[in-house]
Amino acid sequence: MPDLEDHLAQIPHAAAIGMTLVSRAANSCVVRVPYAEHLVGDPDTGVIHGGVITALLDNASGIAVRAEPDAAGEERSMATLDLRIDYMRPAQPREDLFAEAHCYRMTSNVAFVRAIAYHGDRNDPIASSVATFMLGTPSTPRP
Amino acid sequence: MKILAELRAQGRAQDMQALVDHLPYARFLGIRIDRKGNEVTTVLPFSDHLVGNTRLRALHGGVIGAFLEITSIVQLLFDTSCERLPKTIDISIDYLRSGRPVETYGRAIVTRHGRRVANVRTEIWQEERSAPVAAAHGHYLLTPA
Repeated sequence: MPDLEDHLAQIPHAAAIGMTLVSRAANSCVVRVPYAEHLVGDPDTGVIHGGVITALLDNASGIAVRAEPDAAGEERSMATLDLRIDYMRPAQPREDLFAEAHCYRMTSNVAFVRAIAYHGDRNDPIASSVATFMLGTPSTPRP
Repeated sequence: MKILAELRAQGRAQDMQALVDHLPYARFLGIRIDRKGNEVTTVLPFSDHLVGNTRLRALHGGVIGAFLEITSIVQLLFDTSCERLPKTIDISIDYLRSGRPVETYGRAIVTRHGRRVANVRTEIWQEERSAPVAAAHGHYLLTPA
């Protein structure tokens, strides 16, 4: 299994919002973003911006795919095709965010991932998402 | 939201730059507003803390999602008078190209505006408007002023 903690630390935006890996298993992971003032979306309420939840769900979903190495044992190169998020209840101020992602199907080209975002209780989610990823995408910049 | 009422009271209800300057996360991303008459474009200058893939120096998928969402909400607030920030009910994002390390622009269209819910379509692009980096459609809960 590739070193996912290392992988996460090397993602500048993940580091910028304080994202860390809490746990991982085959095809799934839990990721955390601690509450921080610069992540607030509405200063009247102190609630974290929805965009942070998007970044968290996107990144957690990607890590759930990476939890399995490809045939050559290399880190997978991949790209998000789409991400759909339902916001079910408002986030609470001054509470850390968690996301649990599960890659429930992987074909040779595409990975399918479900994820939820929550504070303390994963049975009371803030948001849920479904994402698909294209695998084996080019790992050099497009011209 | 206090800022919305304040801007309205000052006759600056459409000053979207003042609005994004007031949102810590939008400031952290570095979002600016370019307004020409009744057309609003959001601008996201490139910065290293927005990168999601260091090998490609590509923008993070979450940054792209957040920029799409903020662009949608800015357009909603520009078009209509709201008591509070519109709340995202759902957003569906298509990632079309990797976001290169250059400036990114966003435009949104409110496709349907009901009393409580609005439907918004949004696109972001870089050098080439006809080659969007990502597109989104979403539903937003409104609290009319």
